[in-house]
Order: sequence, then C-alpha cells, then structure tokens
Amino acid sequence: MITVQNLTKTYGPFRAVDDVSFECRPGAVTGFLGPNGAGKSTTMRIMTGLTPPTAGNVLIDGKHYRDIPNPGRQVGVLLDASAQHAGRTGREILTLSAMTMGLPTSRVDEMLELVSLTPSESKRRVKNYSLGMRQRLGIANALMGDPKVLILDEPANGLDPAGIHWMRSLLRHYADRGGTVLLSSHLLHEIEIIADEIIVIGQGRIVAQGTKAELLQSAGSFVTSGDNQALANALTAAGQAPAAVANGLQVSTDPAEIGRIALAAGIPLVELRPAGGAGLEEMFLQLTSDTQREALAPTSGGMA
Amino acid sequence: MSATTATPVQHISEDVPGIPFARLVQVELRKMFNTRSGFWLMMSIGIVAVLATTIVMFVVPDEEIKFGTFGTAFGVPMAILLPIIAILSVTSEWSQRTGLVTFTLSPHRASVIGAKAVASVLVGVVSMLIAFGIGAIGNVIGAAVNGVDVVWDFEVTDLVYITLANVFGLLIGFMLGILIRNSAGAIVAYFVYAFVAPSLLAILAAFQDWFEDLQPWIDFNYAQAALFNPGGPTGEEWGQIGSSSLIWFFIPMAFGLWRVLKAEVK
Repeated sequence: MITVQNLTKTYGPFRAVDDVSFECRPGAVTGFLGPNGAGKSTTMRIMTGLTPPTAGNVLIDGKHYRDIPNPGRQVGVLLDASAQHAGRTGREILTLSAMTMGLPTSRVDEMLELVSLTPSESKRRVKNYSLGMRQRLGIANALMGDPKVLILDEPANGLDPAGIHWMRSLLRHYADRGGTVLLSSHLLHEIEIIADEIIVIGQGRIVAQGTKAELLQSAGSFVTSGDNQALANALTAAGQAPAAVANGLQVSTDPAEIGRIALAAGIPLVELRPAGGAGLEEMFLQLTSDTQREALAPTSGGMA
Repeated sequence: MSATTATPVQHISEDVPGIPFARLVQVELRKMFNTRSGFWLMMSIGIVAVLATTIVMFVVPDEEIKFGTFGTAFGVPMAILLPIIAILSVTSEWSQRTGLVTFTLSPHRASVIGAKAVASVLVGVVSMLIAFGIGAIGNVIGAAVNGVDVVWDFEVTDLVYITLANVFGLLIGFMLGILIRNSAGAIVAYFVYAFVAPSLLAILAAFQDWFEDLQPWIDFNYAQAALFNPGGPTGEEWGQIGSSSLIWFFIPMAFGLWRVLKAEVK
C-alpha cells in the first residue's frame, strides 16, 4: 500500500506537485497518467526518498522509504532506465544491485532470463543498448529483490507492442500475488492495457482517479456534425461544455441528451456515441485539456 | 479487473536486516573496477609504476640508483591518479546518474559516502604498496644491471608518511568530488589545488612577511611537505597539518556533505 498525503513540491514559484493525495492498494496495478511535465516523476522521486518534499509525505505500508531496511528487497524501483553508467555491462549493473541487496549472483541470471536479455547482450556495455533493452534491464533491476511494492516510472517507454503486453502479464502476476504496483506513463494506450486503477495528473494536480471502468463511465459522449461550430454553440446554449477533440466534440453528458439538443437546433449529426467506446483517449484529452500545454480551446472566436 | 477480494496482500516486513557497511564498501570497490574507464584508470597505476621504475633503472646515473629515486619517480603520477580515482567514485553517481539506483537501494546517503571514502582510501593504500613493491624490485634489478650495491635509503616510517601524504591528496580529491559533484569540475579544481594554489601562496609568502609566518598553519599543501622530511613531521608540524586541514578539508567537506545529504538526486 502506497499512501500519498497532501504532497507538494515547489521549485521557487513553480509548483511541480500541488497538494496531491492518492493511494495505491495491494492486488491492483495503478496507472499514473499525465502529460509530460505533469509531476509524475517528481512524485515518484519523493516516494523513494530521492527528492525531499516541500510539504506532505508518502508512506509505504506506513513507513517512510528511508526507514525501510534493505529497501531493494521490499520495494522495486525503476525511475529512469537510461540513468546507468554507459561503460558498465548490463550484467555488472545487476550484479552490483544483487550485492547491495545481499542476493546470490545466480539471481542475476534469473532476472536476465525473466526480461529476455541474452547472455551475450548482458555482457555488452549499456551505451550500446537500445532504449527497449535499457528498460528491460531496469525492470530486471527493480524485480531482483522480489519486492512487494513496485514503483516504475515510464517502464513501457521504448518497448514494442509485444513488450508492452509482456509487461502487462508480468505486472498482473505481481498484483495477483498481493503486490502493489504503481507505474507511470504519458501514453494513455499503455496505461489502458496495463492498469486496473488510474490516477490522472496534470500540472501537478490530480484531475481524476478511479478504476478504469469508473473513468470510462464518466467520459460522456463524442459527437461530430457537418458544422461542429454551430453544434458547439447549440450545446453551450443548452448548458453543456463541449470540448474540441480530434475532429469532433467531447461532451460530458449521455448521447440521448445530445441528440435532443442537436434535433432542436436542427443540426444534422455525422457521429454520436459514448466516448468510452473509442477508449480513454478522449477522456484523457478532456481531463487534461485545461491543464496541458497545448491550448484546446474549443471554438475560439465563434463562441465569444 | 482480475483483482478480487480473495487476493492475498503482501506487506513490507520490518524485521529484515539492513545493509551492512562492509557490503557497501565491497560494492563501491567493485564499481571502481567494473567500468571500462575505471578499469584502465586502475591499471594505469601499475603501468605508471612499472614505466617510472624502468626509466629510472636505465636513465639515472649509478650513484642515484637507490630506493628513494624510484619512490620520487612514481610519486607525482600517483599524486595525480589517486585523487582522480576518489573524485570519480563520487561524481559518477551524478555525472552518470547512477545515483538514482544507488540511493534508492541504500537511502542512507551518509553510509554510501562513507563506503566510498573507505573504498577510495583502501585503493590508495594498496596502490602505494604496489608502487613501492615495483620500485623495490626495480631497485634490486637496477643495482644488479648497473653493477652497484643495492641502496635502501628509506625507513619503513618514511613509506608510511609518503603513503599518508598520498592519502591526504586522495581525500582532498574526494572532498572536491562531494563539493562539486561533477567529474570535470572536480578534477580541474584538484589541479588548481595541487599545482596552481601552491605557487600563488608561495608568491604571497615571498612578498608578505605576515603571511610567511602564517602559511604553515593555513596552507595544507605547505604543511604536508613535512611528511617527506627524514623522520617525519615534528609535533608542531603535525599541529600545522591539523590546523590547515581544517580549512582545506574538514570545513569544505562538512559543507559538501550537508548539501549531498539534502540535495535532490535526479
């Protein structure tokens, strides 16, 4: 169980993490989703004691990370797969971790096999590794101590689709054994495949959290028409808040209501469906639209 | 969702043993050798000692074939190499970002830094012993080749003092690594300390009488020269080494440590 309580981290006037609270429960894979620079990595570094928080705290089973004895045996951590000495071989990197944790070197071979790094690959220096291989090495490093809690920052980054599915079954296995798994990603697609519960963060603040099913439910509808501008105006006039998404509009109400509004306004629709049907993409864009960098203002000008 | 209420729950156990300090030292020692650059840096100590010894054997006039000459020949390269080893053991955690793993596996940073210090000093002392050994062999062979008697002009205590001087240099490098946390920056700072500062301070002493009297007490480099005197430093000279080390080592080290312990690792 990871408990994050009112966590805040400021750098001068910039609030990287702003009063964030959430829990990751054992037995589930929790996805930490947010655009780049949303505060995911900062939160994870605070969890593992690398960054001191400005306020609030993080407890892992009621303990601060630094008070956990031999933490590698209890909490598996991968923060940045590329943060390794370029001149060291993959095998040596794992050997150092095994030594630190007090594990036999046979564990290194087991881990290499688990993440499908061949013996010859393991003897190459990390500077010659692809990003996918570095991720596999980082995951091997995190899993080596047979931890009960996993904290993984962007672990699927650089993995191919087969690799992402491999990671899903791996993490699923950990959660099913009663472990707690937290992984971050800026790609909804990855989180959708791997996670059971989702926490969405934008500009340092939690913008949504819940199970995948719950978040899907609240995602509303997706609608397009020949004249999206007119449709947006009609929806706004009816008290809805349409957001421009892809080639249509995202509205947080059910499709029947939108159909009535469009009929009343005499606007023919091209497409109307529950947003969840197409995945969480629209939800993600919707939830982060007011906090992310790219302006997604729906109908600038026309609606003013 | 495949997680059900029947799922077992795993908790952190509190009664597992922590990481013993000796194991951290072992890990830090291994780290010094298991990168390509680190390996050759270590090898260079042996190579430099052999090269210096060989040159002395064939170049130096017969009457100078004595142990002290060999010691002097590899003294300067050792004074450069050992601090660099100590610097890199600290700065690579930041320059290569390995600190992300090191400090999550052992979050008590002071222990990790302590282990690095012990590992660096161990490497320094063993390197000096190896260098002395190679020098001794060179002295015996050199005397035989040149047809002169073997001259042992060093006492064991002299070897201890010279080793101590090199360990001091290594610790200055270590301190600069902690303070600057950047490989290139710390190495440059060491060269300034070891090769630029002494001449500047000597010029100052030459022109300012007040400084000339003060220098032994505040200039660590100057105070350390007493270690090379026959018979080693006197009581007063030990006092000077102590007082100058406060300025050049302990105060900046304390400041650097304080920053390392609270700094963000990223």
